[in-house]
Amino acid sequence: MNFSNLIKIAYTALLRNTTRALLTMLGIIIGIASVIAMVNMGQSSQAQIEENISSMGTNLIMVMRAHQRGGGVNLGNANSQSLKLADVEAIKAQAKYVDAVSPSVNASGQLVNGSKNWPGSMQGGSVEYLAIKKYEIAYGTNFTEQDIASYAKVCLIGKTIVDNLFEEGENPIGKEIRFGKIPMKVIGVLEEKGQNSMGQDQDDILIAPYSTVQKRILAQNHLNMIYASAKNEDVCQLATEEIEKILRTSHNLSPDATNDFEVRTQAEMLEMMSSVVGTITSLLTATAIISLIVGGIGIMNIMYVTVTERTKEIGLRMAIGAKAKDVLWQFLIESGMLSVVGGIIGIIVGIIASYVIAQVMMSPFVVSVGAVFMAFFVSAFIGIFFGWLPAKKAAKLDPITALRYE
Amino acid sequence: MANSIIRINDLKRNFIVGSETVRALRGVSFEIQAGEFVAIMGTSGSGKSTMLNILGCLDKPTSGEYYIDEIEVSKFSNDKLSEIRNKKIGFVFQSYNLLPRTAAIEQVELPLLYNPSVGAKERRERAEEALRLVGLEERMYHLPSQMSGGQQQRVAIARAIVNDPVIILADEATGNLDTRTSYEIMSLFQRLNESGKTIAFVTHEPDIAAFTSRVVMLRDGRVTKDEPVKTASAQAALDALPASDDY
Repeated sequence: MNFSNLIKIAYTALLRNTTRALLTMLGIIIGIASVIAMVNMGQSSQAQIEENISSMGTNLIMVMRAHQRGGGVNLGNANSQSLKLADVEAIKAQAKYVDAVSPSVNASGQLVNGSKNWPGSMQGGSVEYLAIKKYEIAYGTNFTEQDIASYAKVCLIGKTIVDNLFEEGENPIGKEIRFGKIPMKVIGVLEEKGQNSMGQDQDDILIAPYSTVQKRILAQNHLNMIYASAKNEDVCQLATEEIEKILRTSHNLSPDATNDFEVRTQAEMLEMMSSVVGTITSLLTATAIISLIVGGIGIMNIMYVTVTERTKEIGLRMAIGAKAKDVLWQFLIESGMLSVVGGIIGIIVGIIASYVIAQVMMSPFVVSVGAVFMAFFVSAFIGIFFGWLPAKKAAKLDPITALRYE
Repeated sequence: MANSIIRINDLKRNFIVGSETVRALRGVSFEIQAGEFVAIMGTSGSGKSTMLNILGCLDKPTSGEYYIDEIEVSKFSNDKLSEIRNKKIGFVFQSYNLLPRTAAIEQVELPLLYNPSVGAKERRERAEEALRLVGLEERMYHLPSQMSGGQQQRVAIARAIVNDPVIILADEATGNLDTRTSYEIMSLFQRLNESGKTIAFVTHEPDIAAFTSRVVMLRDGRVTKDEPVKTASAQAALDALPASDDY
């Protein structure tokens, strides 16, 4: 038997009942479309996380105070005073792979401007803080070393604070706002950055010289954190190790003592977030695969109906020379075609759906080529797998009884 | 060319129904020569359907020999029998057995689709030729639902001759048709026979059998009568029908 003839036989048979063919395909279309949409959505949020994290700086290194233990109880790091300005100086002086370093102290309090107020936190950093955290100044100026030395009451504010403390169209530069009881002069407004991957508003920020925050607000000598940026992404790991070594020396830790600080990079954050998204994506994909199986069962059901309905036709085909395997192939090709054509339509619908979702969620539009290929082969497999039993039933028919079937 | 197209020798066919054995054919022997037009007659239960199924290679005898075109097929596998049916036999059924929603030309092409040695162009040409032979050249692209019973049966006949079989097996081919149309179909069979086709025609109607050249009578699984008959002309019978019949 000639294969192209079989394909012709199968599709003319399908064309005799277009509505039914389309309805049967619907299950596969929905299944494949949702698999494609889910996988694309997963990859899209993955890409979004990467984009966000790199907007925070992929070469960002964070030094945190280590958690303290008291009598076996983990007390957290709130009372640790292990990070000092001297550590920042040491890193600045010794580290080869580090580009910039900034102390970080923060205090929270109410921001007030006239009748308006806003709960905010004040972030203290060095002149290099903006560069390390990838903030840009929209207008105004950064504070200077001079401001740090004099504990100047100056600050830079983000868009969210501008929106909430100032009238629309009002220029905040040069205005004085209060942080608690301390008046702070606004010298710059930051470029808008949007949310980070954790959903935090990166524009709800007030940045002041670290010395000002330390001395005028917190009255403390230690630092909350140290931010540093590696020279580039590739030396991030080296820079991390280097910082660890410098800090151990500067903290006079004996070789067997554990670190009283913790060094983290953005790469680790990225990994953690990705694994969360990965889990969600696989769960959603599993759900979509279930709908695909339901679609396959739909095909099997219809193929059984078709075989019964066309018993007489099968008898005739056998009488005029179709072999059992020709009949088997005819019905396998029919179910395969239903499912592959359904799969192709599903792929198109899925891509359109993920495009729409990407537009609505304002996330990047990603098409996973792997998923498209997988979907195609899975649909072909489903057609043949679920078409097998009905086709087998057709091929096993006895031509004499099939011809007499009414 | 008086070579034998069909030769059966002591053909037996038993069916096992529950614990009983039903002997449908109890040793049938006859020969059909090329160019013959044979009627196989018998009442229901005479074994004529079983006979036809075996002649048509749809069923295998329990014992005995069956030569079609000098090939012994009684022990063939199902696949081999399919090939024999495809190349050597043309079937015409009582209920036409056309595919629904399929144009006449495609119905006729069907047997050639299962013959890998025939290409698409030759297939179309042969189907057109067969339809011309049965007088349906004007209705090649009509669907069964757009044709009368007689026309549908002509399509079925075209389908039976398109593969150029050694024998056409017709099973009560006029059973669903009125007298006039039956005569028209018989006239067509006679013309095909005159052009050299060998035809075996199963019927229980004596007036239809009268248009053949030989009657094989079956009764209780045995041949009770096998003799040539004087062939009546179907065209003459058609002309003799009162004109008022033609509403």
